[in-house]
Amino acid sequence: MSDTVKKASNVTSVVPEVRKDFSLIAQWIKEGARVLDLGCGDGGLLAYLQQSKNVCGYGVEISIDNVKSCIARGVNVLQRDLEGGLADFSDAHFDCVILSQTLQAMHHLEALVEGMLRVGREAIVTFPNFGHWSHRWQIALQGKMPVSSSLPYQWYNTPNIHLCTVKDFDRFLAERRCEVLERVVMAHGKEIMLLPNVFGQLALYRFRYR
Amino acid sequence: MPEADDFGAERQKLNDRQESRESCSVGIVEPKRVVFSDSLPLASGVSLRGFELAYETYGTLDADKSNAVLICHALNASHHVAGYYANAPDRIGWWDNMIGPGKSLDTERFFVVSVNNLGSCFGSSGPVSINPDTGKPWGADFPLVTVEDWVDAQARLADHLGIERWAAVMGGSLGGMQALCWSIRYPGRLRHALVIASTAKLSAENIAFNEVARQAILTDPDFFDGHYARKDTKPKRGLRIARMLGHITYLSDEQMEKRFGRQLREGLQFSFAPEFQIESYLRYQGEKFAGYFDANTYLRITKALDYFDPASAFDGDLTRALAAACCRFLVISFTTDWRFSPARSREIVRALIDNGHQVSYAEIAAPHGHDAFLLDDPEYHAVVRVYYDRMFAHEIASGETHE
Repeated sequence: MSDTVKKASNVTSVVPEVRKDFSLIAQWIKEGARVLDLGCGDGGLLAYLQQSKNVCGYGVEISIDNVKSCIARGVNVLQRDLEGGLADFSDAHFDCVILSQTLQAMHHLEALVEGMLRVGREAIVTFPNFGHWSHRWQIALQGKMPVSSSLPYQWYNTPNIHLCTVKDFDRFLAERRCEVLERVVMAHGKEIMLLPNVFGQLALYRFRYR
Repeated sequence: MPEADDFGAERQKLNDRQESRESCSVGIVEPKRVVFSDSLPLASGVSLRGFELAYETYGTLDADKSNAVLICHALNASHHVAGYYANAPDRIGWWDNMIGPGKSLDTERFFVVSVNNLGSCFGSSGPVSINPDTGKPWGADFPLVTVEDWVDAQARLADHLGIERWAAVMGGSLGGMQALCWSIRYPGRLRHALVIASTAKLSAENIAFNEVARQAILTDPDFFDGHYARKDTKPKRGLRIARMLGHITYLSDEQMEKRFGRQLREGLQFSFAPEFQIESYLRYQGEKFAGYFDANTYLRITKALDYFDPASAFDGDLTRALAAACCRFLVISFTTDWRFSPARSREIVRALIDNGHQVSYAEIAAPHGHDAFLLDDPEYHAVVRVYYDRMFAHEIASGETHE
C-alpha cells in the first residue's frame, strides 16, 4: 500500500486547495477503508481519499476521457454505466459507497441507492439542494426555472432529471428504513446551521440501513 | 519454415488506417533464439528435454532492469510484434501500431520483449522444429502445451535476459490469458498485467468453435494423424476452414455488414463458386493462412485456449484463483467483441476487486469485434498510453519501483 500513499501525495501539488465537500467526506471515511466512488469524474475525490485516508478505492465512470484522467492520476477506475446497476459488485464488499453530485442525473436512482447499500455498509450521497432560496425565488417570483452556481444549466440542456430538496431526501431515506448518520448542508464552503433547506446549496448525507 | 504471421498489417488495412512504416517504427528488427538445455515439465505430465525459444526485443533495458515489458501473442501470431525485417520490409510486426518510439508502449522508454510460444511454428520448439531424439520434425509427437507451460517457458526467457521482474506483461485475447496467468503463477515477477480482449476461461460456445476448427483439420485426408510432413503434404483444406471459421468470430456482425453486406462479385451465378464478397474474403484469408501456418500448431494452440481455466483448481472460484496475484491490472474489452465479450472481462475485474487488487477497466466502444485489440482505435490506444505514461513516470523515470 505504500505506493498508494506515494502516488496520491503527488495529487496535493496539483490540487493545492481541497474542495470543502471532499475534506468533509474524508472526515467520514475510516483509514484504509474500501471505497467505491460512483460517477467518480476525473478521480479527484478518490485521489484525495487515497492521500488523506489511504483508502483502497475504485471509481466508476462512463466517460472515456474521465477514465483516462483517473488512470493518469493513479486512481483505479472501472468504465461502466451506472444506469446498468451495481450487479457486478459483491454484497457488503465496501465500507463506503459514494455518490457525489450524481444522484440528480440518474434515471434509476431508487435502484441505485438500494444497490449502494447492498454492496456497501454505508453510503455517502451529495447533491445540489433544490430548496435553496435562490431557486425558490426564481420559480416563485421570477416564474422561471432556476439557474445557479450549483445548478448551472438551462431547463432545456440540464442533465439533472431528479432534483430534490434536503426535505425530500430526508423523507426518501426515512421511507427506505435508512438511518442518517451524518447530514451536513453547505453553502460557499461553509456549513449552514440555520434553515439548511433554504440557505444550503450542497447537501451531504452519510447513511445506512437501520 | 512457415512464414511469420502478417495479419497485423492485414488488420490495419481493414481499419483503413495504413500507418506508414517509416514514421515512429522501431525499424529493422532481427529475431533472436535461445536454447535451454534444462528440461521443462509440462502440465500434461510430459517433460521437454530442453527447448528453444524465438524472440525479439526492442528498446533498451535500463541499468536496474526495471523497464522490461513482455508481450504475449494470441492464437496465430508470433514474436514479430513491431518493426520489420531487413530482407522483408513488408513483414510488419502484428502490434506495430501499439509498440514503437513515441507509441502507446514507447520503446524509447521501455524494453519490450516478445516471444514465440512453445508449440508454435515460428521458430520456437514446436511441431515443425526438430525433435532432438529423432533428428526429424516433431510433427504430431510434439506434446500438448498449456498457457501455464508457455508462461513457465517465458519465465526461463526472463531468467536468461536477467529480468527478475517485468514492469508489465501485456497481451490480447490468448495473450491476455498469459498475462493473467503470469499474475497468478509468478506474482512476484511482474508489477502490472495488461489483459486485453481476454477471458479467464473459454465458454462452451468458444470451445465449440475451436472443436469445429480442429475437426476440419483432423478430418482432412491430408492430415495423416499429424504426420503429414512425412508425406510431404499439408492438410490445407482443414486449415483453410479453421481459419475461415476463426475469422468470423474475430469480426462483429456490424462490421461485417458494413464491409461486405450482401455485395456480390459479379451477380448471382447459381453455382457454389464464391459469389458474395464475404465468401471471397473468407476464402482468401483461409488460403493465405493455410500457406504459412502449421496444422499441428493450430490444434495445439486451440487446445491451450480450451484448457485455460485458472479457477478450476479453486472449485471454479476465480476470486480465490486470483488471490495470490499482487500486481496492478489494466483490463480492456471492446463493446462489439462477442468472442470474448465485455462480460468476460468484467468477471476478471470483479474477482480482482473482491481480492482488493488494484485494477482499472476500460470498455472501449469499438465497432470491430474481437479484432479491435489489434487495430488502432484512438481511445483504446490512449488508455494504454496513459497507463504506461504513469507507470514510466512513477516507477521507472523516478527510479522507484514499488514493492
